[in-house]
Amino acid sequence: MRLESRSTRPLALLVGYPLIALLFASLFCAMLVMLAGASPFSVFGLMAKGAAGSQFAFLETLTRATPLIFTGLAAAVAFRAKLWNIGGEAQLYAGAVMTAVLGTGALQLPTPLLLPILIIAAMLAGAVMLSVPAFLKTRFGVDEVVTTLLFNFIMILFVSMLLEGVLKDPAGLGWPQSKKVISEAVLPKLIAGKRLHFGFVIALAAALAVWIIDRKSALGYEMRAVGFNAKAARFAGIPVNRVLAKTALLSGGLAGLAGFSEVAGLKGNLTLDLSPGFGYTGIVVAMLAMLHPLGVVAAAIFVAAVFVGADAMSRSAGVPSYIAQVMVAASLLSMVTAMMLTRFRIRWN
Amino acid sequence: MTGEERAGQEEVLRLSGVTKRFGALLANDNVSLRLARGEIVGLLGENGAGKTTLMNILFGHYVADGGSIEVNGEPLTPGSPGAALKAGIGMVHQHFTLADNLPVLDNIILGTEALFALSSNRRGARARIAQLGADFGLAINPNAAVSSLSVGERQRVEILKALYRNARILILDEPTAVLTPQESAALFDTLKRFSQTGLSIIFISHKLGEIMAACSRVAILRSGKLVADRSVESSTRGELAELMVGHKVASAKAEPQEAGPVLLSLENVLARRGSLALEDVSLDLKAGQILGIAGVSGNGQSLLADMVSGLLPPMSGALKLNGAELWHLSPAKMVAHGIARIPEDRHTEGLIGDMSVTENVVLESYRSSRISRRGFIDWAKALRFAADIIESYDVKCPGPEAKVRLLSGGNMQKLILGRVMSNAPSIVLANQPTRGLDIGAVNYVHERLLAARRRGAAILLISEDLEELLALSDAVSVMFRGQLSAPVTRAVTTIAALGLMMAGQGFGGEMRHAS
Repeated sequence: MRLESRSTRPLALLVGYPLIALLFASLFCAMLVMLAGASPFSVFGLMAKGAAGSQFAFLETLTRATPLIFTGLAAAVAFRAKLWNIGGEAQLYAGAVMTAVLGTGALQLPTPLLLPILIIAAMLAGAVMLSVPAFLKTRFGVDEVVTTLLFNFIMILFVSMLLEGVLKDPAGLGWPQSKKVISEAVLPKLIAGKRLHFGFVIALAAALAVWIIDRKSALGYEMRAVGFNAKAARFAGIPVNRVLAKTALLSGGLAGLAGFSEVAGLKGNLTLDLSPGFGYTGIVVAMLAMLHPLGVVAAAIFVAAVFVGADAMSRSAGVPSYIAQVMVAASLLSMVTAMMLTRFRIRWN
Repeated sequence: MTGEERAGQEEVLRLSGVTKRFGALLANDNVSLRLARGEIVGLLGENGAGKTTLMNILFGHYVADGGSIEVNGEPLTPGSPGAALKAGIGMVHQHFTLADNLPVLDNIILGTEALFALSSNRRGARARIAQLGADFGLAINPNAAVSSLSVGERQRVEILKALYRNARILILDEPTAVLTPQESAALFDTLKRFSQTGLSIIFISHKLGEIMAACSRVAILRSGKLVADRSVESSTRGELAELMVGHKVASAKAEPQEAGPVLLSLENVLARRGSLALEDVSLDLKAGQILGIAGVSGNGQSLLADMVSGLLPPMSGALKLNGAELWHLSPAKMVAHGIARIPEDRHTEGLIGDMSVTENVVLESYRSSRISRRGFIDWAKALRFAADIIESYDVKCPGPEAKVRLLSGGNMQKLILGRVMSNAPSIVLANQPTRGLDIGAVNYVHERLLAARRRGAAILLISEDLEELLALSDAVSVMFRGQLSAPVTRAVTTIAALGLMMAGQGFGGEMRHAS
């Protein structure tokens, strides 16, 4: 058995294979659900209802998708240039810490001034967080997979230290959490009384901006060139290291925005459980979207729907909500396989 | 005593009607070939003619769609390199398949012993290698690490590897690509000695001269078909070339032309990268002239090319453009100075295979006001530029949006030519510009270089093909171990003289140290 490169990629394959992949993933999960002693139809039905069956469910899905769009974009941007940023989690927390430090009263400004400042500060924090591994990579050849991954642990311990120390809310009954951000620093809700907040709109705008950068700008072109063939890019005169540095700033900044949006839009303060792995799930989202910025939005909503739906389902059907993680993983693996099959054809001989 | 006399005797290999398709491409079309004991057959053909495919079928890497193969009258199991080895077929690949970190001995016996044997008979193996070396004049130290060997010695190890496995049929794929003319001649002598002991040899090459020097019979492939199978003695060079290409071949030649002022010069340049170094290299590129750089690969040509490309700054000495020293070299700066750079490797350095023709064409110019404004690229303009290049450089491709990796080598090179030559550069660096191209594309590249020379460009041509250098260059310098000889004019030198220089003659290493 071997793989043979296809010379063309017909549209039918590009559409057909991902659909087959999702079908395959569903069948696989249906098997697991049956093993757990439940009916797949009722479980999938409950999940669909829990994720999109009511206005509340749908808004909850979009709320959960918001940070995933940011971290998904962060991964997509970096992976395009073959900068393997596994540190979305650390960059997210860097943005969140910055928001908590500046937004809890250090800056007393009206909302239209304060929110942009917080956004820029959170992006900068995330950007700096990724610039260090990028610098180590371009200057000394240190593998960024290792450094960005390890920064996640360092950052989480650092946040823990802050929440037990200088940032601890004196009125928090001893819980490791920061003070609430001041009302001027709160992102408005999109619909009064619901949880979905303005961060979702910022996320959509960010996806659009990244798409424009990717398609139209010289920087996007440089990033793709460096990602596909850094040696040829360097030979042609593209400053490869500078492009990687810019990529790191953009990617880290997007992940930092996720932290800002969660603190200022949803939670209101910095806690240790601010992110249940949004940074890592962002990688899955980016891969599912095949690194396409607008695809990231769709993939983030899909992944969020699976998680939200599984939470609701497990309460009524008694199947553990861990099934959500299995579903996302199965979808990712079958999707990646499908994408490979659109590029290659398997020859048996 | 000659090959022809033996040829009628005993048939060791017979390919009958071998056919292989890759999609729409017919790589081998009903090819039949016989090989007699002790015969040296040349397999001649351009790149893409199907030589390598045919040999890969013989060696079991591919399975043919039709036809059969018999070794010593027995059918050969298709698709099994193991069966081919067992039948006595040995292959020396163009790109060596040696483990650099292991000594010669281990490289040779690798794969010949049982995987889970408790002991290995190294002493016996050593004796056998010594015997083979003595028998065939292939002496080599079995304890030397392969990484310390020269290219010629590595090839020797590859051949010993095949002999050690009792190969009776030896396939050599472009074996002279890395050798000096003298080393090639020595290899041909070795092959003749093999044939006298009854070994049969298939010698793959696209170089006519080598086929004529080494082989008794030549089989010519063109577009997958066997178009000729004839004795070398009764053929002329012109006939073989015509059979290989399919039409009359008129090769480009430089007409004498007055030299202009020096446009680019290197003065006493020192540079180092890894174990390679440039030592005290000086050269002058004059307008309207082509300076050829000859040398066996790995003697520092890549450093020289990288320096003129802007990738490698000199440690000392100077690079001067129109007499003014250039500082802080970078590829972008060289492009800005109007230096056209044709890189050695189209695939890894010249082009980005996963990007489109358009995206590749603007790789050096996307920042210019022609193509982009305020950081945003005007893709409509880029597309028009690409269409221009495709048109005027005769690039055969499905269109400007096609991925570059789908193009043939010749069309890739035309694309690079279009990218770097379209705005009439005054200085051109061409590093191995015709390697791996078929004769049509080679002529095209030569014509373009000569056209640039006619309009007064200064051209630095680095090549391992001496015939190419002598056809195009006004003068040739030879690189040897990082040193560059003074240029010798084309009129007064020969391939043999250059070959001796490539082997180090005239490079006074001792004199330098004495002073």
